[in-house]
Amino acid sequence: MAITLCGEPITSGPMQTSPLPQFYGATDPGASFFALMRRTSPDITPLPLVDSIPFDVAHATTIVAIRCATGVVMAGDRRATAGHAIAGRRMEKVAPADEWSGVAIAGAAGMAVEMVRLFQTQLEHYEKVQGDALSLEGKANQLAQMVRANLGMAMQGFVVVPLFAGYDTRRDSGRVFTFDATGGRYEELDYATSGSGSVHARNWIKASWYETISTDEAVDLAIRSLFAAADEDAATGGPDLVRRIYPTVAVIDAKGYQALSDDAIEERAQALLSGPERGANAPGGAAK
Amino acid sequence: MSMPFYVSPEQVMKDRAEYARKNIARGRDLVALECAIGVVVVADNASRTLSKISEIYDRIAFAAVGKYNEFQMLKVAGIRHADMKGYSYSREDVSARELAYAYAQTLGNVFTHEMKPYEVELLVAEVSETPDGNNELYHVFYDGVVIDEQNFSVLGGHAESITELLKEKYSPGLSLGDAIKLGALVLGNGEAALGIDRLEVSALDRERGRRTFRRIKGDELEGFLGA
Repeated sequence: MAITLCGEPITSGPMQTSPLPQFYGATDPGASFFALMRRTSPDITPLPLVDSIPFDVAHATTIVAIRCATGVVMAGDRRATAGHAIAGRRMEKVAPADEWSGVAIAGAAGMAVEMVRLFQTQLEHYEKVQGDALSLEGKANQLAQMVRANLGMAMQGFVVVPLFAGYDTRRDSGRVFTFDATGGRYEELDYATSGSGSVHARNWIKASWYETISTDEAVDLAIRSLFAAADEDAATGGPDLVRRIYPTVAVIDAKGYQALSDDAIEERAQALLSGPERGANAPGGAAK
Repeated sequence: MSMPFYVSPEQVMKDRAEYARKNIARGRDLVALECAIGVVVVADNASRTLSKISEIYDRIAFAAVGKYNEFQMLKVAGIRHADMKGYSYSREDVSARELAYAYAQTLGNVFTHEMKPYEVELLVAEVSETPDGNNELYHVFYDGVVIDEQNFSVLGGHAESITELLKEKYSPGLSLGDAIKLGALVLGNGEAALGIDRLEVSALDRERGRRTFRRIKGDELEGFLGA
């Protein structure tokens, strides 16, 4: 692996033969892995500017984050689309950022997936170098910087708009953050949605959310809101009963980040299927 | 015309080695032991905040004795090296062997070419994925010599006498608690075992999932030492 020594090496000659990345003075990237990669491998980050890409690239669609009484619930549908084509049926849009937080992605899938990997490494890198984890707000600000670094691509149409949520161990509560393409970071007090079906999901959540909502109820509400989005938005994947594909759901509370198992999600999704999505024409009569 | 004094290369190397050895010996020792759950590192360290043992990567830990600022810099360089490799390739491609080699090369070059060698001794440990796999313990010296050790590794000025003690008392497959107690005992170097206020303990615990490194302190450590 070619790790180049950047900036002034610590000593004049021999250190250049060290395979370890070491820096001197102002070129030192400190505890930031993002800055380290920019110093050593500028070809990896940030991405080069292009005029336009003459083909459709995969996009991730609807994601939600809901604050509940003891933490926060994150969920995302599984579909990726490229133009009118379905690019992926099993995409995972919700991922752990670290032990206490999660990140969900919507937008250009290539950049988004890479951004998540970079963000995960960044948080762990900081923790190992400093000996302490960043505060939840510090993590949100780091992600905002990565979104901002993608602005050039966003202006070509490859926008990445993640959601970030986690359990703030210093405040003992769940917190939800949204971002815009310019790296703006906003804290939401209740819930947030992003992606092509986000309006429908948000309206669904808005109708039922309340301050002391339990984790179980929030999980159901998240799954439900994604079904509602899939009902109205072609780019959002609904429950796939044939292939047994259901949304990705994670709960983050005082026990840390816990992804719900496929079986658990399937069970809950099945139970919710008798709801309004069945419509008036469903066998057995009108919806309740 | 003034002539510089001639000093033989042999003498230069001897002087540097003695300088490094002497200063390393002034510090306190640490031991790493293979045990049932993986690898445990027990260090004689009176500080509560300045640690000698650190996490490098999922299955890799770093421990050092000697000059604090020097091994801290080497620790950070190692974390950067590992994270960059894992990010550029895959997490599975990061290995303790390669990292130990990078440290050996760095220390060796400084030892040969610089005025002053690093006054440190390093340990790079990797826990195996399964209990019947091989853990790896790499002991890197101030001059770039690297030894891969089995069962246990001792760093510091009293390495010889502590190794003798361990040869007598160590047996493979120790429980975590027994390994910590043994570490505290041998670090006492024939005298009383070290107490909780002198110990820094961390483990690579393969039961923990992806990130195996964890610090053992406070009540948990007290429980192990008392039991």
